[in-house]
Parts: sequence; C-alpha cells; structure tokens
Amino acid sequence: MAIFSIPGVKIAGMATAVPKQEVSNLEFDTIPEKERKLYVRTTGINKRRVAKAGTCTSDLCEHAANELLAKLGWKPSDIRVLVFLTQTPDYITPATAALLQNKLGLPKSCMALDINLGCSGYPYGLSVVASLLRNMPGAKALFLAGDVSSACLSAQDKSAAPIFSDAGSATALVQGDSAPDMHFNLETDGSGFEAIIIPQGGYRNPITLESLKVIEESPGIVRNKTHLVLNGINVFNFSVQAAPRNVNALLDYVKIEKEHVDYFVFHQANLVINESIRKKLCLSAEQTPQTLSRFGNTSSATIPITITSEINEIVTKKPCTLLLSGFGVGLSWGAALVKTDGLVCLPVLEADL
Amino acid sequence: MQLPTFIAHIEEEFEDLQAGVITGETAFRQLEGWSSMMALILIARIDSEYNVNLTAEELAEANTINDLFVLVQARVAV
Repeated sequence: MAIFSIPGVKIAGMATAVPKQEVSNLEFDTIPEKERKLYVRTTGINKRRVAKAGTCTSDLCEHAANELLAKLGWKPSDIRVLVFLTQTPDYITPATAALLQNKLGLPKSCMALDINLGCSGYPYGLSVVASLLRNMPGAKALFLAGDVSSACLSAQDKSAAPIFSDAGSATALVQGDSAPDMHFNLETDGSGFEAIIIPQGGYRNPITLESLKVIEESPGIVRNKTHLVLNGINVFNFSVQAAPRNVNALLDYVKIEKEHVDYFVFHQANLVINESIRKKLCLSAEQTPQTLSRFGNTSSATIPITITSEINEIVTKKPCTLLLSGFGVGLSWGAALVKTDGLVCLPVLEADL
Repeated sequence: MQLPTFIAHIEEEFEDLQAGVITGETAFRQLEGWSSMMALILIARIDSEYNVNLTAEELAEANTINDLFVLVQARVAV
C-alpha cells in the first residue's frame, strides 16, 4: 500500500480563487423544473461558478498564488518547487507549470511540473510536493490545483454540467525540521478509467471532424466526443466504497481516533455521495464542512475551497489536525492527515476571470 | 430481506407516490416522477439499507422492482 509519512514539511498558507460569474442550477432550463428541483436536492449544488470563455485554470491559480505570496510576505524568488495539478491545462504541450513559473516571476532555479489528476488530486499533489521539499533544507514550494471544468463539458449535458464548477487554489509549503509528519494513503484502480472520461482528443482516440458532432445520447444529455462523460452511478459506487476504507486505513496507520481529528475535509463530489461517505464513517456534520451548495464540484480545488470558505478563521487561529480525502477520475483516490499551526488562510477570492 | 420492506424503501424515494402503487411487477421507469436522477437515488438508498452496490449496467438491465429485489437479495445472501 502507498501508505507513508513525510517529516519536516509545513503547510504555510492557502488561498483559492473562483470566477465572479455565478450560475444557479434552478435555472438549468434544458430539463423540466420539477427535475431541476430534484437535481438540486440530490446533488446539494445550488450554485456554481463559471469562468469567462478563454479563462484557464492557471489564471485562477495565478491570482490565488499572487495573493497568497503577498499575504505570507514571501518573494517569488524564494520558490524552489512549483507543482500545477489540473486536467484543464493551457496547452496539451508544453506543461502549464512552465508558463506559471514565468507568469509568477519565479526564478529559473525553480523546478516546475504538471500532474494530471482531478478529484483525488489534492492529497496526491501535497504528497509529491512534500516529498520533493523534504530534501531541500529551508526551501519553499507552491502547489497549485484546480480545474475550469466548464471548458471541457457540454452545457447541455444534465449528467455533468450542473455538477462541476470552476476554481483554482494555491497552497504554500516550506521545509522545516520541526514540522510534524504528514501522512498519506494513496490508491488507484485504472480498471474504472471509463467512469469519468473525455473519450476523444487525446492520442488513443485523436480528434477528427466526427469528434465534434453533437449527439443527443438521451433526453437532456447532448454532447460531442470531446466533452466530459460522467457515469454517475458507477462513480457513486466507487466513491462510497473506496473513500471510507482509505480513510479508515490511514487513521489506523497513524493510530489516531476520529475524535482527535478536528475536521474531515472531503472532496465535494455531490451531496448523495458525500452524505453516504459521512454516514459510513459515522462522522458528524460539524466534523465535515461542506461547500457543495455554493461552489459545487471544483475537482481538485474542492478541499482548499472548503478549508478557505468554511474553517479559515479556525485554522488561522489555532493548531488543527485535518484529514483531507479526495476520490474520482482515474479511478484514483487518497487521503492526507496533516497538522496545521497558524496556517495563513485567505477567504475565497472572487476574480474577474 | 423481504419484498414489502424493499418496496417501502423505494416508495419513500418517490415524491407524490401513494403507498401501495408499487408492486414487484411495477416497471420502475414507467412510474410518475421517474428521471435519470432517480436511478442514482435508488442506488444510494439500496446501498444505505443493504450495503449492496448495483452497477449502472445491472440497473440498465433491470425492468421491474422484482428484478432489483432479486439482484439485491442475491448480494445480501452472500
């Protein structure tokens, strides 16, 4: 099992940015009003954020990163590691992390790389950044994660469009020998790769004119082959089985009781999935902050969005033990158990992007 | 597990549906208030009541409430 601990790396700060434009799912008028209400009740998603045409995830992350660096008083020239985690990069080639190194004014001595993961990405990305930092005494890193999912799905697809929302996040980390261990449990099952997929446009199924043909797959599901496809039932089954087992295994490994974890911050998939996971783990609503209603499913940004939106004052004021759990596309899932102390945590930023 | 209890759970998930309307022979997709979201709602309820996860493919092949009941019962019995 990829279950391990990393010593000597501290999470110093966190910021998130969402586009200003807010869309209500009660106005999702390609389906009847009654079905819309059922949809909102079941997914828990009232409103979502939609970026302007042409806005990329990197733009939202850049905004969050600049605000965070300013708040921390860190100079861009201090940064040694930049990891950008997304499924909506600026280009297929080159890696967006290189563009961000330049835009953020980071030095050429900074290593920068992209990671292609979605809903599981936050704990995964933390583990990669922390692993790199642990051998660089005193070094600082930026971990940027998010997606502009509105750009890769069909607005006429009721099975995906009302779920996803756009956001970018920035997390600052620093190596320091006194920092408490971070603990991770990361898992993968590629046999489920078709549960969430963009079928064409990669190199397995290159884009053709046929790819762009818009097809009504069933009533309310109108899309082409370059749009995201989500099998809601199979994703539900996977999530409610995999996430609780993964979280329990990590808690056992760390030998910590659930009562000693201040907050369990889950990826915000949809309400029916999140509530099922919460109940299977016997957690209270107070222990599991949620942001589905206001920010929907922002892919790898849901965990930092939930921290910056719901518990930012608490994590700023006092030391906290947080269990962060992500699960989804891949299939890929994982959890991180981290201790924060005096985290610099900005409230969710609204950007004109 | 018993069919009447199973039916009662399903009935609860349908808004505006009177008790007794659903029987084992009911084709659930023909029920008033059915939409694709109801499929997810039923899968979630079955998971919560019986700890059984029916796949999208299994659900697509089922037509009646009894088809669902048989699938769940086989899994619970194991």
